[in-house]
Amino acid sequence: MRYLPLAEADRQEMLRTIGAPSVEALFTDVPEAARLDGAIHGLPSHASEMAVERALSAMARRNLSAGEAPFFLGCGAYKHHIPASVDHLIQRGEFLTSYTPYQPEIAQGTLQALFEFQTQVARLYGCDVANASMYDGSTACWEAIGMARRITRRGKAVLSSGLHPHYVSVAKTMARFTGDRLVTALPELGPEPDTAALIEQIDAETSCAVVQYPDILGRIGDLSELAERCHAAGALLVAVVTEPVALGLIRAPGEMGADIVVGEGQSIGVGLNFGGPYVGLFATRDKYVRQMPGRLAGETVDAEGKRGFVLTLSTREQHIRREKATSNICTNSGLCALAFTIHMTLLGEKGLRRLAEVNHARACAAADRLARVAGVELVNDVFFNEFTLRLPREARPAVRAMAEKGVLGGVSLGRLYPGAEGLENGLVVAVTETSTNEDVEALAAALEEALA
Amino acid sequence: MSMNREGRPTRPESGHEAETGTWTGNRALMLEEALIFEMDEADGCGVDFEILPGTGRGTARSAVEGAQHLARPPLHQAPPGPPPRPGEDRLGGLLRNRPIGLPGLSEPQTVRHYTRLSRQNYAIDLGLFPLGSCTMKHNPRLCEKMARLPGFADIHPLQPADTVQGALELIAKLGEWLVTLTGMHSVAMSPKAGAHGELCGLLAIRAALEARGDAREVVLVPESAHGTNPATAAFVGYRVENIPANDRGRVDLDALKGRLGPDVAAVMITNPNTCGLFEPDMIAISEAVHAAGGLVYCDGANFNAIVGRVRPGDLGIDAMHINLHKTFSTPHGGGGPGSGPVVFSQALTPFAPLPFVEKQGDHYVLVEEETAGEHHGQSFGRMTAFHGQMGMFTRALAYILSHGADGLRQVSGDAVLNANYILRSLDGVLDAPFGASGPCMHEALFSDKGFAEGLTTLDLAKALIDEGYHPMTMYFPLVVHGAMLVEPTETESKATLDQFIGALRSVAERAKAGDQSLKAAPVYAPRRRLDETQAARRPVLVYQEPKQAEAAE
Repeated sequence: MRYLPLAEADRQEMLRTIGAPSVEALFTDVPEAARLDGAIHGLPSHASEMAVERALSAMARRNLSAGEAPFFLGCGAYKHHIPASVDHLIQRGEFLTSYTPYQPEIAQGTLQALFEFQTQVARLYGCDVANASMYDGSTACWEAIGMARRITRRGKAVLSSGLHPHYVSVAKTMARFTGDRLVTALPELGPEPDTAALIEQIDAETSCAVVQYPDILGRIGDLSELAERCHAAGALLVAVVTEPVALGLIRAPGEMGADIVVGEGQSIGVGLNFGGPYVGLFATRDKYVRQMPGRLAGETVDAEGKRGFVLTLSTREQHIRREKATSNICTNSGLCALAFTIHMTLLGEKGLRRLAEVNHARACAAADRLARVAGVELVNDVFFNEFTLRLPREARPAVRAMAEKGVLGGVSLGRLYPGAEGLENGLVVAVTETSTNEDVEALAAALEEALA
Repeated sequence: MSMNREGRPTRPESGHEAETGTWTGNRALMLEEALIFEMDEADGCGVDFEILPGTGRGTARSAVEGAQHLARPPLHQAPPGPPPRPGEDRLGGLLRNRPIGLPGLSEPQTVRHYTRLSRQNYAIDLGLFPLGSCTMKHNPRLCEKMARLPGFADIHPLQPADTVQGALELIAKLGEWLVTLTGMHSVAMSPKAGAHGELCGLLAIRAALEARGDAREVVLVPESAHGTNPATAAFVGYRVENIPANDRGRVDLDALKGRLGPDVAAVMITNPNTCGLFEPDMIAISEAVHAAGGLVYCDGANFNAIVGRVRPGDLGIDAMHINLHKTFSTPHGGGGPGSGPVVFSQALTPFAPLPFVEKQGDHYVLVEEETAGEHHGQSFGRMTAFHGQMGMFTRALAYILSHGADGLRQVSGDAVLNANYILRSLDGVLDAPFGASGPCMHEALFSDKGFAEGLTTLDLAKALIDEGYHPMTMYFPLVVHGAMLVEPTETESKATLDQFIGALRSVAERAKAGDQSLKAAPVYAPRRRLDETQAARRPVLVYQEPKQAEAAE
């Protein structure tokens, strides 16, 4: 077998050294009744590279990939162009096949990249510090809610109706066991984010308000007043960003007073991957750093006084604190964080700004074009690269009908909020630098046909 | 006679001591690398955007052309090259008004920066990486190639199910393998890593207990467990109590039985355990826990030792996570991403999380909140956005299909053989606290017993770095003094093991002989020992531009 270097002669020689008659004899601690005496029945045997490639390629061909179709899906995962050098660099074996940097003397590559990543994320979010990544945006979001509980010692979290429904779902699952009380609501198909309604819910019991920016319908609103109201009530503002490219053009949540900013980093450097792996971003103020979950890379010096980096503040973490840790997270999204930081370095300030401008420009043009389709109405006139259309009929079957014509035309609110009254006609459309004019025309035509 | 022969062949010259340092700080192939924030020309860009003819500006050409038909002129009727000004965009007055502070590099600078950084890392591709309980095995490149097929890598999680039948099939197929290999009843694919899988298992356990109206409050965890076990149990709201080990490094069955009662919700057992030993009483443990009304969680981090040899389902386990990034060789990537599917017994299956893939006829469907009510109404809910680590599923299935049932059995056999070979080859050199109790599983555990005064496990580990190895897991498990946990995995050859054994013997003998030079190790790594105390005392977690020096006068 191509991944197993031992030859039969090696095995026999090693068994002699060990003093065991056979490999099977090394498993004597396994209760005999449960011990298997051969390969598990009914499963196939080993296969060549060629055979495996053939089998998996056949499965891959049964999917319609984003690159093959006019493509307009967003809602927490976005299609952006990733420079070829990103994937090349993350496949260097020294990155790909290394472990969490527990031995810093021989892991400076990973550690320095993480330190740079943390700095980029903190600056992008307008925060003091960021950690070395979480699993994804949704888990980063509930970790932020837990962190706000620890800081404020309060248990009521007010979630915006514009927060991604999967993120709300994850928070609800966790709250059932942690005792947090969540105030949630379904979004309304209107032009404005629900900031005013959120403010009304904040009281002396509130640990945090959680608001997505831009929100699930693509709407954006100033967070400053919400932050002030939170702080006046002794609560924290948690801002969630699922489309980091937006921050190339719009103000950072930290700048507007958010105390914890979390989000999904997939847009930068990480492909769609059918939902994972992605990379959770997590940033906050200096004063809360010891309540943060996750790993942190920090600067220090070595025995010769040379600058170097280590994992630090690990007394927050499970391998030291066990049941008193701030989180149970161990493995995070290291390689996706590396992809993020490389792509961000290629973009830089100018490139991110330009990328965001192109996204916004294309989205503006697409919104206007689609609003000219008979019966279709643009719900929100303020957006970054994603907006919501109100169709004259249910959007979910329209999306399926468009898919049959080879157009991936957006995410229906019926998919995200099954059965929710008043939302079934909503279609969320994301337009990035990858969408061409022809794609927009194809979407308009497919939409017309689906609504006819 | 050729020109080449008349050249100036280099040869070692005597009488010149080299330790003078260099002007750059580089040492030949060992290259120092600044932070991106410190580079002189870090206001560049390594990405080109579409060019608008006539303006020389990179911008969204088609969007501009499209916009010209519009009744209402948006900002793009004019070339959108210059940044939009407030009022010309649709950003609701939220246009960013100050720089972010992100350095940008051209592609060649970027490639060089990260290539240089990569060379300061140790990795499996460079050599043996015997980090115990981490299963650092070779990562087949076929798996990387498969994960990058556009049909898997370039599909959106919310696409209509009809357009992703192959992806759903792949998830279902991998799930079938995991269920069959473990002899369990069902599998939850969405957990993002091992600790997330533990959370999944304990949430299902708590949901099951609550469903039968039997709230319990304690989870028992062996002292030798990974830190994630108690952290997870505490997160789910349980009080954590330790289970003691016996002198053979296994769970003390009598002590466990003595503690079981109506307040114990579950026990979390790692099997094989973190001492590298199989729990021979596992069936008895499960029976006792079940008899007391509790459930059995198994930490499957060490499944690599037993895959194809024994099925956890035959040992009475109710839930177990599987680290695809360990047993099924998806790369660790310097700390993730991982993937932690959880297999469940029949008792826990109704409580498994959403979403999951189900085959209905010849069609694969994704069961989500919407459809769960019909036949999965007791689910504890959703753990993450979307459906799990697809990129890891693809790699894991490629790995599993490559090995097949026969190959996977060979995997565990060779992994255990390699660990025992190391264990027995160091007889009389390093103390193996449980060596007398029989063969180990996939990892060999040693202690620092016999080291000379002042020399520690840490010193030995750092000396191994100089010998060209990543050290083993140190000071874990906590039940052994100065623990050294060595997991070679099955992808190492005998020659590699022999060299490693030689190196380990050499440094162990130095430690026993009191060779104080070990304290200076590593000497040959890109950095000497780093000051972790200073890093924690005065945390510097992001780069800060140095304050401009005041003028001299």
